[in-house]
Parts: sequence; structure tokens; C-alpha cells
Amino acid sequence: MDIQLKRGLLDVCVLAAIKNEDSYGYKIIKDLKPYIELSESTLYTILKRLEGAGMLTLRSAEHDGRLRKYYHITQDGIKRIDEFKDEWKEVISVYRFVTEEDRHE
Amino acid sequence: MNKQEFLYALQNALSGLPEDEIEERVAFYGEMIDDRTEEGASEEEAVSGIGTVGEIREQIVADIPLQKLVKEKVKPKRTLRAWEIVLIVLGFPVWFPLLIAAFAIALSLYIVVFALIVSLWAIEISLWACVLVGIAAAVACFIKGNAFPALMMLGAAFIVAGISIFTFSGCVGATKGIVKLTKKAGVAVKTMFIGKENTK
Repeated sequence: MDIQLKRGLLDVCVLAAIKNEDSYGYKIIKDLKPYIELSESTLYTILKRLEGAGMLTLRSAEHDGRLRKYYHITQDGIKRIDEFKDEWKEVISVYRFVTEEDRHE
Repeated sequence: MNKQEFLYALQNALSGLPEDEIEERVAFYGEMIDDRTEEGASEEEAVSGIGTVGEIREQIVADIPLQKLVKEKVKPKRTLRAWEIVLIVLGFPVWFPLLIAAFAIALSLYIVVFALIVSLWAIEISLWACVLVGIAAAVACFIKGNAFPALMMLGAAFIVAGISIFTFSGCVGATKGIVKLTKKAGVAVKTMFIGKENTK
């Protein structure tokens, strides 16, 4: 996949991964694996950026005798996902147009 | 490599970065390794699944803005003694021009690279201008009734057009290459700022 495109998608993918319930780093990577490849360092950068933008908050909770960081989506984060959906409705209609052209050829 | 060795190596590789940043990163990778082992991976497997310290370091350095790295490097490790402050103030005529010179060199390097790109495109544009003028001249000759010079002009215009099409892809390639090189140089400069302390 094109790097620029992937970068834009990853932010929303990470938000989507924590949308239904709070999640932690390794689980996010695992959940996204079937759809998009994401390295630990990349995830860290994305989480930092999303936290800075106020789209998620984090808390540490004890798990199995150690601390684990859980990420929680905020209202702004949910709003970003909705924006993404709207944006991609347009992309999908463009995609339909492009593939239709293919069929006529 | 087990978890402890990996985290220690990572900490060393990142020294020179802001302290809190290192701590946070090491904790982040530690948690990743723990989660992998919890799933049944051995510690070695978990560590190798995360990638090498060198890879991680390179990616982190590329992500952090240069100002932050420089600020961290310039920040003194302890409070300065009185004589040190006096020395810095007295040394001002010496280090200030040096600092300006260093910035000037960096700036001029940027300008040189930029000028290179501009001149390449100037050549390309002037080639296309030749094509247009050649065709215009051919038309002018033709209207005046000089068929042979008109043909000659047209032929020359086509030859130049061929050359400029050929050089166009070269220009695009060179521009891309130069931009890529500049980015690489940026990473190299950043590495200089966090690199020193790893050797000890």
C-alpha cells in the first residue's frame, strides 16, 4: 500500500481498535494484523499523536502483577472516526467510477 | 537476547534523547514483550518479534524533531559554576561567530541543493522554449515563402523536443533523488546528536 495512504489510515485504525472497549498496545497490533501491518514503533508514534490531539486518553491498570497501559477513546476520537466514514463514502464512489471504466474497456 | 538485555540495549541506544522519553519507550517495549510471553512465546521469541534495537532507534530518531534533540544535547547536565558562566560570557566573541558560521554553512548547503534543482529545471524549461521558438520561426519562414529554412527550423525544433522529453525524466529523477538525499542527511544530523554517548 502507498505509504501516504497507509499513514492516514493507521490513525483511524488505531482509534477503531479502541472504540468498543479500552485496549492495550499488543492487542491493538494483534487486532489490526489481519487488515494492516503495524510495527511497535509506529504504534507508539500514532498513540502519542492521538493522545496529543486529545483523541484518546490512557490509564495504567494492574494486570497479572504488572502495570499495563490501556487506551481509551474520547469524544474527539469518535468524531474523527465518523469524519473518516464520511470521507470514505466519497472515496468509495470514486472507486466505483474507476472500476466501472475498467469494465467498459 | 532476553527481555532484560533487550531493554538495556534499547536504553543505551536511546541515550541522548530526553530522559522521560526514554523511560516511556522502554516501558512501552517492556509491556509488549510481557504481552507476547503471556501468550506463550518464549522471551527470546518475544524479543525477536519486536525487531532489532538498531531498527527501533532509527525509526525513533526519524520521528523526533531536530530542535528537541539539539535542546536536549545543549542542556547542561548540572548547574553551571560561576567561573563557567564568566567563561561563556567572556568567550562570546569567539563562540558566537563560530555558531553563526555553522548556521551559515548549513543554510548555504540548503541553498546549493535548492539551486541545483532550480538550474536543472531552468535548463529543461529553456529547452522547451527553444522548441516553441523553433516552431514559431518555421511558421514565420513558411508564411514568407521560404520553404527550406522553414523545414530546417521545424526539424531543429523536433530534435530539441526529443532531447527535452528525454531529459525531462532525468530532471524528475534527479529532483526526487536530491530530496531523498536531503531527508537522509537530516536523519544523519540527528544521529550525530544522540550518537556520541552510545560509545561509552
